[in-house]
Amino acid sequence: MKKLLLAASAAALLAGTWLAPAQAEYLKEHRGGTIRLLARSAAGTLDPHINYTDQGWQMYQPIYDGLVAFRKAEGMDGFTIVPDLAEALPQVSNDGKTFTFKLRKGIKFSSGQDLGVKDVVASFQRIFKVSGPTSGTFYAGIVGADKCLADTKSCTLEGGVVGDEVAGTITINITKPDAELLYKLALPHAVVLPADTPAEDMGSKPIPSTGAYMISAFDPNKGMTVSRNPNFKQWNEDAQPDGYPDVVQYDFGLSEEAAVTAIQNGEADWMFDALPSDRLGELGSKSMDQLHISPLSAWWYAPLNNRLAPFDNEKARQAVAYAIDRNTLVKLFGGKVLASPVCQVLPPDFPGHEDNCPFTKDPGAKWSAPDLDKAKQLVEDSGTKGQKVTIIVEDTAISRSIGVYLQSVLTSIGYVADVKPISSNIQFTYIQNTNNKVQMSVTQWYKDYPAASDFLNILFSCASFREGSDASINIAGFCDKEIDAKMQKALDLGVTDQKAADKLWAEVDRQVTDKAPAVGLFTPKRLDFVSKRLGNFKFNRQFNWMITQSWVQ
Amino acid sequence: MSNIAVAAPRKTRGPWAVAFAKLARDRAAMASLAVFLLIVLACLSAPLYAKWAGVDPFASTLDAVIQIDGADVPVMEQSTEGLGLGYTPLGPTWRLGNYFLGADSQGRDVMARMLYGGLSSLLISGAATIFTLILGTAAGLIAGYFGGITDTVLSRLLDVLWAFPIYLLAISLSIVTIAHGITIGSIQIESGSLWLPVIIIGIVYVPYVARPIRGQVLSLRHSEFVLAAINLGVPGWRILWRDILPNVTTTLIVFVPLMMALNMLTESALSFLSIGVQPPAASWGTIIQDGQALLYTRPLVALVPGLAIAVSVMALNVFGDGLRDALDPRSKVRLGRD
Repeated sequence: MKKLLLAASAAALLAGTWLAPAQAEYLKEHRGGTIRLLARSAAGTLDPHINYTDQGWQMYQPIYDGLVAFRKAEGMDGFTIVPDLAEALPQVSNDGKTFTFKLRKGIKFSSGQDLGVKDVVASFQRIFKVSGPTSGTFYAGIVGADKCLADTKSCTLEGGVVGDEVAGTITINITKPDAELLYKLALPHAVVLPADTPAEDMGSKPIPSTGAYMISAFDPNKGMTVSRNPNFKQWNEDAQPDGYPDVVQYDFGLSEEAAVTAIQNGEADWMFDALPSDRLGELGSKSMDQLHISPLSAWWYAPLNNRLAPFDNEKARQAVAYAIDRNTLVKLFGGKVLASPVCQVLPPDFPGHEDNCPFTKDPGAKWSAPDLDKAKQLVEDSGTKGQKVTIIVEDTAISRSIGVYLQSVLTSIGYVADVKPISSNIQFTYIQNTNNKVQMSVTQWYKDYPAASDFLNILFSCASFREGSDASINIAGFCDKEIDAKMQKALDLGVTDQKAADKLWAEVDRQVTDKAPAVGLFTPKRLDFVSKRLGNFKFNRQFNWMITQSWVQ
Repeated sequence: MSNIAVAAPRKTRGPWAVAFAKLARDRAAMASLAVFLLIVLACLSAPLYAKWAGVDPFASTLDAVIQIDGADVPVMEQSTEGLGLGYTPLGPTWRLGNYFLGADSQGRDVMARMLYGGLSSLLISGAATIFTLILGTAAGLIAGYFGGITDTVLSRLLDVLWAFPIYLLAISLSIVTIAHGITIGSIQIESGSLWLPVIIIGIVYVPYVARPIRGQVLSLRHSEFVLAAINLGVPGWRILWRDILPNVTTTLIVFVPLMMALNMLTESALSFLSIGVQPPAASWGTIIQDGQALLYTRPLVALVPGLAIAVSVMALNVFGDGLRDALDPRSKVRLGRD
């Protein structure tokens, strides 16, 4: 862990000195203007301690800060942790269980209030007071978190987050070493808000921020205006760089088709939603220079209910994994430029990823072709032939088409399958709840932070399965004590030796994949369509396009 | 001696013959009937067409390749220009049996799906019409004839049903039943069954039929022949069956095409919203939904089923109007809330 932190600091320093002059020059030349973004709808609550959406997290980057941050850099460099409101990365002591941060001085919130130690302590308490969606997972290891989870209103995190006003330090004590703590602290759920922020979901009310920008107006049905924070002075370009546009205008309500047309006509600069599939060909040929394709750490997969027939039988699950033609799914998603076939859980370029595909015509590193004969044989062997399977998918064009394809695959290997599209608003929670007896579904998982555990431990550990709950993210209901123990070992090993831990995660990935609790379908890529006037497009692997690092004049 | 000729008694035609003759003279109604029957016949031929064309309209065939003028043509064509993004389904070939209307986003023959889709739409709207007419007629007859508390209870129930906007009620019922189907005692209707939309659509339109029937029965209840039957001690159910029901039959017949048109629209709307016919089965509503994602490149996928719905509904409505004029010219039967 310490080695990792030192390396991160050195890299951050080097990169910072290299970037500084270039950005300063560009800032003079391109500073100003309004960048207009479009989305079909708002991302939900404005409260950064609660909002758990890609759309929200992307927009928070130039607005809010935590003690540490993911580096605002292109590509894999975006996975590096850098100090943000803290002067430096923390001093780690007490066998990796105590992290001490020194708070920067002279930072003000957009409201004019000074940032102080009390704001940091109050913010950590607030994560629990508002019952933040990750309070019981990411931050449950903080000393005192158990009491806060049991009684949110009177949360103090006593002994867990300790502020020293005189020394200007914040000490975070955790119950056991956690190699991923800094990643968790760099997420929007741990940003620092003014201490007097009400301990309730702020909904549509903007909360004062420390970043280069602040939310100056918000109407969930119309749009959001983000303008420069008058109190911002750049302290660490890697963590919170100054931005180019004066205003970011984020408008809601336009359909994807209308958004594409608006960008083509120069009326908008970018759209959040995926491009309509019937415009891809045209845009890919006529507007190539306005398109940016970027890799994502994500996974489209089909969880198979390990506790319900027929997929309580391992052979039946493997049969499905052998039968699915990933190339067809890639085709449905828009082609090889936009997605790659996968068999395993961990995405390419992700920590712990080692190419592995057991469920293909010629098992090896990569998927090559479906093996229908093998699949049919496995269905026969499992004694599940002729059983009824219902596939639950989201009611979107792409999910529905994947569901229809999977239905025909299941039919071809001997099941009586049907597909049911249900509203995107409820599908993700519906498929998690065991009361709904979902046999098979299609869903996606996007990383929270760059660690193998964020896929394997979260999606397939015994602890992630909760009977009868809408929040049972282990949708397959997979629970293997041996694999669980290995995951725990990898988590512990990560504290001292991340490389060795990643090796162990690769082994876990293989074992989970072999048991086929879910079938990997493909790894998607992000396709951003921007206006002709938009320059300096930079894609960060952690939070996607860095909005305010692009210019429009 | 008188030379006056006695005229032979004229043979009078029955009311049905008169109505039929009147209907036959209504050119618009007969043309509409012909159009509708043509659509029905085409849809009934769906399995034959699919077999002849050698296509499975329910299975994904993204890798299929067809022959046009001796050349191999993929049903899903990848863009070869620029970045090579996306796949475009084959457009209309205008050759019957060979992707006449092109392919959809799953590479399926749109023509074959149109015919199967029409079959589903016609079956659902037809069955739902029968369901509505049976329930609506029973409720109208009982409420109108027995009156009193029976009428009050039934009328209030119908009022409650009437109070919901039709589409909202149909959507709500569909969402509730779509995942697990309906189980009433030993009767189980599975979630993907076509009976689900039939029952849902059938139920939501019951007040549309029951209320006018009840009104007619209320007036018939005081007619001399019914009073005579009551005074002679004829049982109520017999009076309803033998004396009153035949007198509302013409109204019911007029209802058939009009309800069918309405049901067809409702079924299409529910299927378009993914809560009617479930994939991979087809109905005109689901094909429009599939075509929505192809509006820019293959607009026909959405336009053709839309056109089919419009033509069918118009034909049924025009024929329904003609039928009403022929059978019951004084009738005020209109489908709607006013």
